Amino acid sequence: MKDLLYLTDVVTLNLCEDTCNGCGMCIKVCPRDVFELSGKKAHIVRRDYCMECGACALNCQVQAITVNSGVGCAAGIINGILKNTEPTCGCSDSKSNCC
Amino acid sequence: MKDKYLIGSIPVSGTDIPLITTELNSSDFLGAVMVRWGINRNNYWVNPGLYAVGFPTQESDVFVTANYKLSFDALRKNLTGENGWILVLDTKGVNVWCAAGKGTFGTKELVNRIRIVSLEKVVNHKWLILPQLGATGVAAHNVKEETGFNVHYGPVRASDIKKFIRDGYRADKEMRRVTFGFKDRIKLIPNDFMYDKFYLLGTMAVLFLISGISSKGFSFSNFSGEGGPTLLKVLLAYFSGIVITPLFLPYIPGRHFSLKGFITGATVFLFLVILKFADKNVIELISWFLIITVISSFLAMNFTGSSTYTSLSGVKKEMKISVPFQIGFAFIGIVLQVIGKFI
Repeated sequence: MKDLLYLTDVVTLNLCEDTCNGCGMCIKVCPRDVFELSGKKAHIVRRDYCMECGACALNCQVQAITVNSGVGCAAGIINGILKNTEPTCGCSDSKSNCC
Repeated sequence: MKDKYLIGSIPVSGTDIPLITTELNSSDFLGAVMVRWGINRNNYWVNPGLYAVGFPTQESDVFVTANYKLSFDALRKNLTGENGWILVLDTKGVNVWCAAGKGTFGTKELVNRIRIVSLEKVVNHKWLILPQLGATGVAAHNVKEETGFNVHYGPVRASDIKKFIRDGYRADKEMRRVTFGFKDRIKLIPNDFMYDKFYLLGTMAVLFLISGISSKGFSFSNFSGEGGPTLLKVLLAYFSGIVITPLFLPYIPGRHFSLKGFITGATVFLFLVILKFADKNVIELISWFLIITVISSFLAMNFTGSSTYTSLSGVKKEMKISVPFQIGFAFIGIVLQVIGKFI
């Protein structure tokens, strides 16, 4: 099945290829197939498919990846505004829902 | 009832490790159906800790999961015929993906749980298999540093575990990708339907009250003629945003969920006009167009949280454009609804 694509030119993902050690961990953890390994370096090849989950940045030993990760959830953003916190979908509290 | 999956125990260095079945029974299925409808959803968990599957030995694999019962069930039913250990983290009864996003399925909890169950006494290797979607909360290199255990990310879906093992513990591209097919979307609809019910009831209440207004003033007797059709239209708009839009998501034009919901709502409105179920004067007609499309658009926008391909930056951008429209539509829709009663 073709991957669904959300809005383009909007994600905050960045990879510093100079810092990258080519371990390939970002490729293993990315659920949207955003990275590719070539010439012993990772490259961002499908930026617009990134959903900013942050798995790559967290699992990068050399901190070559940065991304403003968070929930891509409108209800979560509204929750965050109402409670004056970061966007949160409230999955673990009693009013939970969105994932 | 909660513990029907326990079928015995295995003694390992002085501790009895509970043995579980990989067969799901009728209460597991019933529980799954109920949580999909939002019933008992926040209380559907298993005790964190170590469990045994089949006839595990010191060499057997360790599979890590969340203590949401649906996550636990998804894993164990896919381990039929395998021998292994299941390490259940305390994610407060939340699934792997959401808990990892919040950090409860995270490095700290994994490190703690490894220590609590003294995993190094149970197995003689340093190898853990985690669901790939747990990577949002777990930093593999930090776990290695703190416990000596190597985190190996498995497939996204538990149903691929056997293939993953067969392929020499390698997850291919397809196993690593999240999908959002028809079946995935349909499973989410009941829960969203129940979760957003307060929007439905609130909107119904407001519009029902307005339906009591006529040129002669407010009267309860107006409800009998106007109340029913009003509630039905709100229900259809709700259905449009929560059921129709998610079902046909990839086929509805536009990338913004709110636009998709608007289009579905406009289509529903068009059907109402064709079926002559819309209203007598043009003001009410415009009012219903605005109200139906805004309800559908707002609820479809909320489905971004259930989807598996939207980013935080993207949703923020979408909301900046859509929310002002939605507020305008709702306000004008309600005002015209009242004005329409006097024409």
